[in-house]
Amino acid sequence: MSIRSADHGSWLAAQAESAPPVRPAAPLVRFGEVSKAFSSGIAVNRLSLDIFEGEFFALLGPSGCGKTTLLRMLAGLENPDGGRIVLDGKDLAGVPPHRRPTNMMFQSYALFPHLNVENNVAFGLKQDGLSRTEIASRVARMLSLVRLEGYDKRRPHQLSGGERQRVALARSLVKRPRVLLLDEPLAALDKKLRNETQFELVTLQKQLGLTFIIVTHDQQEAMTMADRIGVMRDGRLMQVGPPAEIYECPTSRWIADFVGDVNLIEGQVLAADTGGLLIAAGTAGQLRAAPPLDCKSGDTVWIALRPERVQLSCEQPAASEANCMSGTVHNVAYLGEYSTCHVKLDGGFIMKAKLPNMTRTAEQRIRSADRIWLSWSADAAVVLRR
Amino acid sequence: MKGVLPGARIGGARVVMLIPYLWLAFFFLIPFLIVLKISLSQTAIAQPPYTPLLDLGGGWQALKTFAAALSLDNYSLIASDSLYLASYLRSIQIAAVSTLLLLLLGFPLAYGMARAPPRWQPTLFMLVALPFWTSFLIRIYAWINILQRDGLLNQFLLTLHIVDEPPAWLASDTAVYIGMVYSYLPFMVLPLYAALEKMDENLIEAAADLGCPRWKAFWLVTLPLSLPGIIAGVLLSFIPIVGEFVIPDLLGSSQSMMIGQTLWTEFFLNKDWPVASSIAIVLLALLLAPILFYQHVQKHNLTERA
Repeated sequence: MSIRSADHGSWLAAQAESAPPVRPAAPLVRFGEVSKAFSSGIAVNRLSLDIFEGEFFALLGPSGCGKTTLLRMLAGLENPDGGRIVLDGKDLAGVPPHRRPTNMMFQSYALFPHLNVENNVAFGLKQDGLSRTEIASRVARMLSLVRLEGYDKRRPHQLSGGERQRVALARSLVKRPRVLLLDEPLAALDKKLRNETQFELVTLQKQLGLTFIIVTHDQQEAMTMADRIGVMRDGRLMQVGPPAEIYECPTSRWIADFVGDVNLIEGQVLAADTGGLLIAAGTAGQLRAAPPLDCKSGDTVWIALRPERVQLSCEQPAASEANCMSGTVHNVAYLGEYSTCHVKLDGGFIMKAKLPNMTRTAEQRIRSADRIWLSWSADAAVVLRR
Repeated sequence: MKGVLPGARIGGARVVMLIPYLWLAFFFLIPFLIVLKISLSQTAIAQPPYTPLLDLGGGWQALKTFAAALSLDNYSLIASDSLYLASYLRSIQIAAVSTLLLLLLGFPLAYGMARAPPRWQPTLFMLVALPFWTSFLIRIYAWINILQRDGLLNQFLLTLHIVDEPPAWLASDTAVYIGMVYSYLPFMVLPLYAALEKMDENLIEAAADLGCPRWKAFWLVTLPLSLPGIIAGVLLSFIPIVGEFVIPDLLGSSQSMMIGQTLWTEFFLNKDWPVASSIAIVLLALLLAPILFYQHVQKHNLTERA
């Protein structure tokens, strides 16, 4: 799949017809043991990661975890202290940013304030010395792709936040980069526009068949858009996988807590057999869970239970569920599509639960101070060793 | 606050707004009209040394004779005597060269300041502004000390065997340029710094990311974006340098005079107030062009930002 040489139109059509991408053996981008330290501390710590052609990859992590630094190193805006960054099988060491086949969309958009929309988008093409007619036609096509026809003569300060965002996107896409790097591209937009733009970005990425790497601190954003997510913390990758895997099978307490809402219950394994684990979980009582591979009696473990997996009922449920216990409703918050409530178990543990509001009167059913039963199956929760 | 009527408040705001206008009227417009009037008068051996004098008590008739006595003779004298033209041209030439030198020296300085670590910037800013804290005249006298035949500069050059004979620095154009560049450097650096400091570093990175080498990004991004600062710095230096008197008088030669010196000579040596006034009016007219240009640019910038 040649992106640089193909004509934009036919290349787009070819992409639309092609079958879903089969992951090739060689990664498009390979970070190998990459490190970077600043005077303020270590930003990226011996990090290795492969990203494949056609992927929408999200680097997710709290601010200061090194995700932007990783992106900037791929763009050539920072030099790694150690390790290798390989793109298309070529080591990028010593290649200056203006010679790299990557383009970046900056968080601040970094639109040139002295140039109009057309010249902002054309800036990169002019550096390549393309003919005027080619530049004009590619800029026009790109502006129509991001729905900015008729905006070509406007200056950045005359645009709304969403329009600026689309100009920045057009400017970074128009050179048909091997990898498009997006640094918090939606952070400056309001919530509604952000949700719309998320889907637009995914559509655009699939339509163009490009590889996108996005940096975000918003897990919902990463889950919505990405094929795979790499969760970063303190300069290291904690877990890499598809969104569902990150959410359903977190490998550590930190991931479980960072991605989505979770009840984390600490306990000791009392008994481990093929049927599952029996765990003494202090104020939460005795719990049953499906075992991870290597657990023996006496181990300290953490049970990660998503609030929406907890069943709530006013009567004692049938004894079929593995975990069943009673408590008092501490508080209820009505949030529209669902309600969240905190239930104080009889042992004292506060459990979070989420109830979908299926009917208009659903929120009437549970009130603060109600006695209530909680239940969940053994495989509803994840047992974590760290 | 029931006691304060809205009308009274608006009246108060009007009075406050009036103050700058009154200031301009008293200290700029009226003196300007007086100078303009003197430039249209004839020199006389009297006190004050020109005629006609305006006699407001004489009524309409007196006003008519007064108006009839005014003439443009002084302006035709300035136009006909090449001494004045040479003086104007020399002023503009010295101002232009000094401003160019200031820009070449000031831009890297301001750029370095703007790109320095933020904790250093207040210190660097102070270092540029610090000379303002001592008297301008004393600083120029200090330069006389440095530039004279057995001054610091020549001692330094002789010690390092760069020259065998001490060159004469004083009473030359070089000394005037040194004085001008030294004195007006803050006027150039500070507006440039203000323009460069607020520039987003991401813009240069974005240019590089889009395939533009660093040196080219300077021409395509940094320079156009610092243009308002360049224009402000150039005008803030050029305009006062054209009318500069002290620096050419103390450091320059007496062979060729800048317009400020010519004006001083007419006024204090020849006691020809009318000619001195017309020189001042012509100078003002010459400088009005760049000032108007500057205002136009400022207004343009304001509407851009709005």
